[in-house]
Amino acid sequence: MSEIKQRAEQSRQKRAAFGTDLNLEEFSRQGGAWEYDPDYRQFSPEERSRLLTAGIELTDVDHAGTFLQADKTIVHCQTRQPGVEVLPITEAVRRHDWVRNLLWGLVAVDADKYTARAELELDNGYFIRALPGAKIAQPVESCLYLRTDRFAQHVHNLVVVEEGASLHIITGCATHPGVRSGLHIGVSEFYVKKGGELTFTMIHNWGEDVHVRPRTAVLVEEGGRYISNYILLRPVKTVQMYPTVTLNGAGAVARLQSILIAHPGCELDVGGRVILKAPHTRAEVIARTLATGGVSIARGHLVGMAPDIKAHLECRGLILGTGMVHAIPELEGRVAGVDMSHEAAVGKIAAEEVEYLMARGLDEDEAVSTIVRGFLHVKIEGLPAALEEEMESAIQETNRGL
Amino acid sequence: MLEIDDLWVNIDDKEVLKGVNLQVPVGETHILFGKNGTGKSSLLMTIMGFARYQVKQGRISFLGQDITHLPTYERARLGLGLSFQRPPTIRGVKTADVLRVCSRGAIAPEVLAALYDFTPFLDREVNYGFSGGELKRSELLQLLAQNPKMVLLDEPESGVDLENLQVVGKIIAHLLQKQRRRQHREKSGLIITHTGFIMDYVDADRAYILAEGRIWCHGNPRELLHDIKNFGYEECAKCRR
Repeated sequence: MSEIKQRAEQSRQKRAAFGTDLNLEEFSRQGGAWEYDPDYRQFSPEERSRLLTAGIELTDVDHAGTFLQADKTIVHCQTRQPGVEVLPITEAVRRHDWVRNLLWGLVAVDADKYTARAELELDNGYFIRALPGAKIAQPVESCLYLRTDRFAQHVHNLVVVEEGASLHIITGCATHPGVRSGLHIGVSEFYVKKGGELTFTMIHNWGEDVHVRPRTAVLVEEGGRYISNYILLRPVKTVQMYPTVTLNGAGAVARLQSILIAHPGCELDVGGRVILKAPHTRAEVIARTLATGGVSIARGHLVGMAPDIKAHLECRGLILGTGMVHAIPELEGRVAGVDMSHEAAVGKIAAEEVEYLMARGLDEDEAVSTIVRGFLHVKIEGLPAALEEEMESAIQETNRGL
Repeated sequence: MLEIDDLWVNIDDKEVLKGVNLQVPVGETHILFGKNGTGKSSLLMTIMGFARYQVKQGRISFLGQDITHLPTYERARLGLGLSFQRPPTIRGVKTADVLRVCSRGAIAPEVLAALYDFTPFLDREVNYGFSGGELKRSELLQLLAQNPKMVLLDEPESGVDLENLQVVGKIIAHLLQKQRRRQHREKSGLIITHTGFIMDYVDADRAYILAEGRIWCHGNPRELLHDIKNFGYEECAKCRR
């Protein structure tokens, strides 16, 4: 047995540092027997509209590549532009010797029971690579889809942006409209090489009783740039994630932004950590949480390990009606010459802001919507227009719940 | 245009207005003087219908309609516009979005901003990090977009440097149609000022001194300002007695 397998075996029951502890035996490992679908013909209109709300358009047009995994099965996988490679991770391991060396290079296999399961019972996952110098203009679309109720999906994803390349990945994670419960374990390791640029946009639209445990780590080399956007607008049972970005080379940059709505019954424990290891690196972590009855723990951690770094953490929470937002910002400077700051604010919508807009002619609902829309506003290039509509509809529904 | 009859207003349990009477006819601009804390801003906020200001007695009518208990947005839609003394910051909401709200499609924010050298502010969050002068210009641009029949201005010159004061003064004059002959003006104004600087740009027709929640006296704006400057508000109170 390999050393990695051994460590995974030993961590089978290991609790995660954060989040509700899940009994993994309560989930099924029997996924549906879905077939490969080059034209997306097997998707009903209902499923299509569901996937659209997670940013997934089910078309190869306007995408540099596409990847869709339903439960355990790769249903669609296409590369459409030179300079980009999209494969199931199991296939990538067979095709490239070096891929195996990158797996578990950034995330510890024995971090907790979820990472252990991803190793011991891997379903699949995506491998996306931008070749050296390739500027991939159109986004690569990837989708991890739970199509069977109570299924536990275990994936391991690997992204490599080679030197001087740039890539935008839009990942939509969603459940079939008929699926209420399940578990998604997603280990993701991203390598951004010297001068490379990766924009990673992740949209979650899970079922109300779905538990989600992403385990993400990113390594950015000299002059590289990593931008992460995470959007969660719809109900889910629990999400616990704390992605860690290491800026390993001079001048590397990371920007992590998340937009979350904690609906009644939701428990979100979402963080972002950036380790600034090299001089002149910069990082920004921005979290906006709207609690409409659920619980949101917003963590942020900046670690300054080299002089002349600059980093900022911003966490803003808005509570509408009931709910809880717990902001936990941490700044850790380990050498002289670091410049790190944070700004955290949790509150309700200020009456004076509502009245200000009412004095301009908006009624109360319109004024609240405008403020919430502004609060959740985030500019992300390349997102389908349907997602903007989805955000608007989530805001409208949020208002009705007040 | 605006008539206020025997207006009594509380904030929580505190009386802030105690029987205010005033009328602003169509086309006229009136000035409100008074020491800090005498109820001037409370009067404008009450006219605009903000929830904190509870009308205990009296009546506010606008264009012949009783608006005493009308919601704020309906008053705005009827044609009342307020420039705030200290407007709130609304994070994430862009100035262009609010200008769009104000104009209800009548004029594009870009066109308006270009006219008043405000284009760089369109993409900025409403009032976030604005200087004193920028705040006032933003407020007035919103009023231009809103095109109200009656303009309520709460200390439009406070925190504004001399250069910006000129811009602010000209916008207010435009809002109040001061370029027209008196009998052709359709817009009215009620302006709070401490310094009277704004009166260099708008010919005001009448002024009031508010003290202890009441209109203490009224008269020619220049003469009242002169008396306040030379004798102070205390003399004004004696005159009343």
